[in-house]
Amino acid sequence: MTRTLVMEGVSKRFDTGTVALTDVDLHLAAGDFVSVVGPSGCGKSTLLRLASGLDHVTGGTIEVNAHSTSYVFQEPALLEWRSAIRNVELTGELRGVPTSSRRARAQEALDLVGLTGFEQQFPRQLSGGMRMRVSIARALVTEPDLALFDEPFGALDEITRLRMQTELQRIFQLKQFAGLFITHSVSEAVYLSNRVIVMSGRPGRVVADIKIPWDYPRPPELRYEPEFGAITGEVSAALGEHS
Amino acid sequence: MKTTTTKAGLERDTLDAVGAEITEMAVAPMTPTETDVESAAAADVADETAEQALSGGATTTPWWRSAIRQSAPVLLALAGIAAIWYLVSLAVLPQDQRFLLPPPHEVFSRALTNSALMTPMLEALGRTVVVAMIGLVIAVVLGIGWAVVMSSSGWAERILYPYAVIMQTIPILALVPLIGIWFGYGFPARVIVCVIIALFPMISNTLFGLQSASPSAHDLFTLNKATALQRLTKLKFPAALPSIFTGLRNAAGLSVIGAMVGDYFFQQGPVGIGGLLRTYTLRLQMDALFTAIALTAVFGVLVFTIFAVLDRLVIGRWYGLKR
Repeated sequence: MTRTLVMEGVSKRFDTGTVALTDVDLHLAAGDFVSVVGPSGCGKSTLLRLASGLDHVTGGTIEVNAHSTSYVFQEPALLEWRSAIRNVELTGELRGVPTSSRRARAQEALDLVGLTGFEQQFPRQLSGGMRMRVSIARALVTEPDLALFDEPFGALDEITRLRMQTELQRIFQLKQFAGLFITHSVSEAVYLSNRVIVMSGRPGRVVADIKIPWDYPRPPELRYEPEFGAITGEVSAALGEHS
Repeated sequence: MKTTTTKAGLERDTLDAVGAEITEMAVAPMTPTETDVESAAAADVADETAEQALSGGATTTPWWRSAIRQSAPVLLALAGIAAIWYLVSLAVLPQDQRFLLPPPHEVFSRALTNSALMTPMLEALGRTVVVAMIGLVIAVVLGIGWAVVMSSSGWAERILYPYAVIMQTIPILALVPLIGIWFGYGFPARVIVCVIIALFPMISNTLFGLQSASPSAHDLFTLNKATALQRLTKLKFPAALPSIFTGLRNAAGLSVIGAMVGDYFFQQGPVGIGGLLRTYTLRLQMDALFTAIALTAVFGVLVFTIFAVLDRLVIGRWYGLKR
């Protein structure tokens, strides 16, 4: 089975001399949802920028076997002057997808994230959670094989955040892309992923790769199971030892 | 550029991490009450719908109401000016000096009924309006073009920006005689003065707007392999539009001033309102002078109001805002 994303011995040193990543190995296949946790400034976001091609490695190799890669940013990054549906259409517009199929696919994506009926609303008329849903719809409308998430729920309040985790998990189960998810929240990482990668402090390297055993869909109550607590404990311990 | 962005990103990471830890701790005891997140999500969307229904009816404000709302404070200010005028004229000035500032109703009743005075004055105002509007259009086109070129590369900005600053910092009065010598003392010279005065706010506001799109939005365009033209027309320019309108409002006011300064100094050819102001002053025609000043004030207020209303209309619709 071909892997969607293969990172071998990847390192990144910025022009300023800061070494963000050293010797990172990471393999991702379709149906994998991998979260990366690590102390602040360990290069988690850099890892995503490298995987997406926004930035280039200074050592090692990256191989992406994806027909389409999408990126969900920390903030929704919506265009204020476009309605929800026209924001979702943007990627198709830039890639030259014809108008009619673009509109239909944008509608599907909005339906998928639960925003049916909000197509004509502008970003400023939507709540923070809904803006993030639009942002996720925009990422999914290209039917990506590789979806990169840069801490997308970090700015949301905790209740909205839990809802968005459930939503994302449902969407992942439906679409089966390869997902790489950056987060600061250990419980978010464990709940969403089939693997959690723990990184050390700067310069970032992989210190633990922990398998999460449960099948999808995972009920929200899973979070209160003792076994869930045990695994989050294991991840936290790995974090604590290396920060 | 890239590295500084990343550095700022890392610092933000630090702050976020602290915030995230705190929220996680705070929320831990709360989670057991969340029995069914799925249905809660539906409730979430429903809540938001209700909130929107409350936050504003779908009706957009009609343009005339917007016009009244925009101009009311200005009209009040004019009323205040009239009040001070009366006060000085009737209470402060002794009888024998009242000719320096006759009360408004005397001035306007004498002047407005005198068609031999008013006809040339309105014609002159008309010419000044034409000069100001032509100057404004040129300044807008040039200013936006200049800013677009500057925003296309760091080099272009570093090379072109000093010219804009120099043009802004040299007092127009220092340039006016030179413009007269080079371009004559007629219509083109007046327009040039206008353009020079109105150009800088267009350039600086447009440039600021073009650079206002977020780094993430730029990343999004990069990831989707947007062309430079797509990036300009679908991201930078729409993001700049509110700033462009701010620039437009300032430039419009300034081009009126520019047209009158031009009139005042360049008296060749048909006379503008600025030229008449000078004539009236020299002849001590106080009624005519005050009427001309009042006309230019009304003109200035009108121009400001038109662009303020236009701003609300266009930007409001553009951003789907209900104002």
